[in-house]
Order: sequence, then C-alpha cells, then structure tokens
Amino acid sequence: MTYIRDRKGRFSKPLLRFSFFAICLVLLIGIGVLSGRGGKKPEIAGDPAGDAQAIENKGSDTLVNLALAWAEEYMKSHPKVRISVTGGGSGTGIAAMINGTVSIANASREMKPEEIWAARMNGIDPVQFVVAHDAIAVVVSPSNPVSRLTFKQISDIYTGKIRNWAEIGGENRPIVLLSRESNSGTYVYFLENVIRMGNDKSKLLFSPDTLLMPSSEGISSEIRQNPNAIGYDGLGYVTEDQKVIAVSKNENGPFVLPSAKTVKNCSYPIARPLYMYTAENPTGQIKDYMEWILSGGQTLVAKLGFVPLQ
Amino acid sequence: MWQNWALSLYNKVSQMPVRRRAGSSETAGKPWTEFFIESTIRVLGFSTIGFVLLIFFFLLKEGLPVLWEVSPGNLFGTRWYPTFDIFGTLPLILGSAYVTIAAIAIALPLGVTTAVFVRESAPDWAREILKPLIEVLAGIPSVVLGFFGMHAIAPMVRTTLNVPTGLTAFTGAVLLAYMSLPTIISVAEDALDSVPKSYRDAALAMGATNWQTIWRVVVPAARSGIAVAVMLGMGRAIGETMAVMMVTGNAARMPLSLGSIFMPVRTMTATVAAEMGEVANGSVHYHALFGIGIILFILTFIINILAASAIFKKRRKGGLR
Repeated sequence: MTYIRDRKGRFSKPLLRFSFFAICLVLLIGIGVLSGRGGKKPEIAGDPAGDAQAIENKGSDTLVNLALAWAEEYMKSHPKVRISVTGGGSGTGIAAMINGTVSIANASREMKPEEIWAARMNGIDPVQFVVAHDAIAVVVSPSNPVSRLTFKQISDIYTGKIRNWAEIGGENRPIVLLSRESNSGTYVYFLENVIRMGNDKSKLLFSPDTLLMPSSEGISSEIRQNPNAIGYDGLGYVTEDQKVIAVSKNENGPFVLPSAKTVKNCSYPIARPLYMYTAENPTGQIKDYMEWILSGGQTLVAKLGFVPLQ
Repeated sequence: MWQNWALSLYNKVSQMPVRRRAGSSETAGKPWTEFFIESTIRVLGFSTIGFVLLIFFFLLKEGLPVLWEVSPGNLFGTRWYPTFDIFGTLPLILGSAYVTIAAIAIALPLGVTTAVFVRESAPDWAREILKPLIEVLAGIPSVVLGFFGMHAIAPMVRTTLNVPTGLTAFTGAVLLAYMSLPTIISVAEDALDSVPKSYRDAALAMGATNWQTIWRVVVPAARSGIAVAVMLGMGRAIGETMAVMMVTGNAARMPLSLGSIFMPVRTMTATVAAEMGEVANGSVHYHALFGIGIILFILTFIINILAASAIFKKRRKGGLR
C-alpha cells in the first residue's frame, strides 16, 4: 500500500482506506448487477427433471395481448406449465412454427398456400384454430345525424378529401379525425383494409390532421362531447354513449352494424377471425391449453376488446 | 486495470481540498465515524455525476444510430409516420416549441404579477395563505391535470372558441402554464426578495409612489432573476409529458401559421411516451425515439445552461437579483 499517498494523518489508517474502497466497490458491484439483470431474459426452458412443460407461443401483434392474458390465466391454474408469448407479426410466428421453434403460432390472417406448402415440406402439418374475432367499429357522437358510410367515404374522410360533414349528408361542421396510436394493431388493420380498401399497392396514409389518441378512453371521451368527431376502435372498447356507424363495402350497401352476430356470420365488413396454428394435431399439454382457450379462455376475449366465439 | 484506475481516482479524491470547520486540528486523526460519513457523502455526490453521464451515454448509444439508419431528408422531413418508416421529426420539434412558447406567454405575466403581489403588496395574512397554496399547486400530479384538461378544459375551449376540436396546442399550453406557474412564482419571488431595501428606500425618498417603485425600480432590478424563473418554467414545460399527451390531440401536423395554436399538435415527449411501449427493441423506430430523446435532452440542457449562466453573471456582480 506504499503507493497510496499519505495525507498527513487523514487517511493514514489502512482500515479507513479499506472502508473507502469498500463503499466504492459495493456501488460498482451494485451497478453491475442491476445493469446485468436488465440485459438478460429469464430462461423459461422446460425443466427436464420435473414434469413441467414449456409452450412457446409467437406471432401476431394484434393477438399478443390476448395471448398473454390467456397464458397468464392458464398458468395460474397450471403452475407446472410455462407459456412464453412473443409478438413480431403473423408471418414471423408462422415461420417460427414451420421451422419448429415454437409450438403455437398466432396469426391475424389465414396461412398462405405457400406457407402451408413450406410446412408440409418440413414434415409439419399445421392445424388451424379460430380463437376469437376482431371487429372494428366506426363511431361518431350521438348527436351526429350521419348513421351509415361506405368504405370509400371513410377512406376519403381519413385521408382528408372530405373535410365537412355536409358532404356526406350531415350538418355543416368540420370533421375531426380520431385514431388509435400508430403502434396499435387496430391502426394498421384499419389503414390497410378500410383506408387503402385492401389494395396492396395503395400508398394512402392517414391525414396528418388525424388526432392520435393514446387510449380508448381518449377516443370515447372526445366522441362523447364533440359532435365533429369520427373515430374507430375495437368493437369491445366501444361504450354505450357512442353512436356506431353502419358500414358497407360497396356504394349501394348492404350497410351493416357491427354486433357479435354480424361479425360471426361475416356480414360486417371490418372484421376478421383471429387464428392460432399448432404444428400438428395437438396432444398432451398443448391440447389441453387449446381446449381451454376455446372454452374457459373465451371470457377474457371480450375484456381485451375482441369478439368471443360464442 | 480497474484497480489502477480506482487508485488514481482515490488519489485525486483524497487530494481534493476539503473545507474544514475553523479550529479543527489538521494533525489529529479524525474520528472514524466522521471519516466514514464524509466519504459516504463524497461517493454519493460523485455517483450523481456518474449517473447523469451514464444516462447520457445510454441515450447516445441508443439514439445516434438513427443518423445513419434514416436519411437526413427523411429525419428532418415534415411527416411522422413511424409505422411506414417516415421519420420526419420537424413537426414534433415545432410542436414542442409551439406549446412551450405559448405556455410561457401565458405563464409569464401571470407568474410575475403574482410574485409581485405576494412579495410587494399583499397584506401579511394573504401572503401566509397564498404561499402554501402555490406550493400545493406544484404538487398536483400531471395526469390528474391531464384528466381535468381532457374532460373540462378541452370541451370549454371547443365551445367558447368555436374550433373543430378542443384538443389543441392552446389547451396544452394552458395546462403547461398552470404547471410551470409555481416554479416561476417562487423563483421570481426570491429574485424580488433579494433586491436591496436601499433601492426601495431611495425610490420612495425620491417621491416615487409605491406602484412606481415596484414597476420602475424593483422589477427591473430583479429582471435577471425573473429571466431565470422563466427559463426554469420553460424547462418544466418542455419536458412535461402526460398532461400534454392527453390534451394536445397528438396530430403530427406542421404548426406553421399563427392559427395553429387552435389546432392539434404532437410534441416530442408525447411521441416518445405513446410509441415507446410497443416498439421493437433495436429497430429503426426505437432508435428514432431515442434520437428524439437526445434532441429533448439537448434543448433542456441549453435552457438550463442559459438559466445558470444568468444566475452566475449576477452572482459575480453581487447577489442574485
């Protein structure tokens, strides 16, 4: 310790020197531990010794919250089962299932023929389950006389071509556009299927004047009090005090109001089934989980803003 | 390696001059406890600097990649559609600037006149009531204010001003002004407080009225302190997130005309808060959000530096006024 400068009796005792370093060391280790913990993901691999089982579940970002809720609820009653849910998109999930890295893929669309072909080439025979329905309701203020719109009209409204309610049979008021934040699955689905009307080549975007609301509550509160506003949201999030618009894909109708019935018989145009795919006919724990999702798990569906199967 | 570094740090730290109480003997060894407490405080003090640096490096590490991932024309464009790789930050920067400047324009006259009233002309009993009330104002959580703004102020703005929607830059500015008022009032009050009594006495002796003394002598003498108050309030306003996100409508449009104050805007803070939750770790969008964080950090840093330099300038001339 000779190379430590002596400070005229101030830090002369080795014990004191040591304590100073000890504090520094503890702080450094503390920082190291904290930062190290942030970087690592908890390992949820199956425990080979016990009878615990790990189910990997990956795919659609639309479904990810619902899948997480299902996994958490299921793991409560089956503590030995570990279900890990990740997003990334329908394509990512299906690809992972084809490659055999996950046992369940979530998808907000059906598997494409080439994906099924690729799976067969890999010796995997995917099985499709419809686990819930997703419907988007277009809403306005209860005091707004407009009650029906075509896809074309909604598209023109949201791209800023129609700026006044009078142009589509309403009062002479400016239109205020409300949307969910751009990270929600609803935003992308609405853009692709309603604003771009399902046209892949379309480059239409939401008008820059669109108000992006951080929550469903933001949309409902603005719809409630502002007669100028138009918004959209998952059917499960629409409250009583908003007026739901009847929507038609074509000029002449039929104009359909969203409800559990019209969503299920596919007559409401802004709706889609949500899927889960398993690599083969499920057995054991995965079978039990899929059966639970289709029966007991359906109570969670409405809570997360989707339409349940029954 | 790190031991050497720690040793040299230790040597530097131990050589730093430490102010001693008068009369304490240099040569006698300090009691063990005193040394322990002293060094703990020292380590904690230095760790604060360390944390700020760490945060800054983290911000740079996560945010700088956006500069080569996104072309400059895109990055400083006028449209923000992150889902489609359009990362124009200009509407966000302008949105933040617009809301902040409008907030200060509302808060400055209110704050300074309140400070003058509390300091110079309020009777003692009123001052006793007002000062704690102003402190309470500072303690209201911003999300509560946001709710209030969304459900009370926004509908009022829409109906009274007859604009399409109440979720506008103006609504945000009103809330932000309200939030930065406590800072502005208390700092401006301190500034007025430190104007020497001799100034007032001299003015009154010259035959100035009370009003003339306040307006022509005391307030001008305290102007640098008031400038500091405004800048600190501005720092508070530009970094505010929750309330702004709830009431400004978050439409990423360019606020170019003066009338844009009654139109929705999207601020930098609201953008980061709204989009960070769902963004994929390490994606271009993720880096872009951290890039916005860097811009915010630099802006608040500049504002704080300006405030601090105003304080120091005045200190050198003798006393904060």
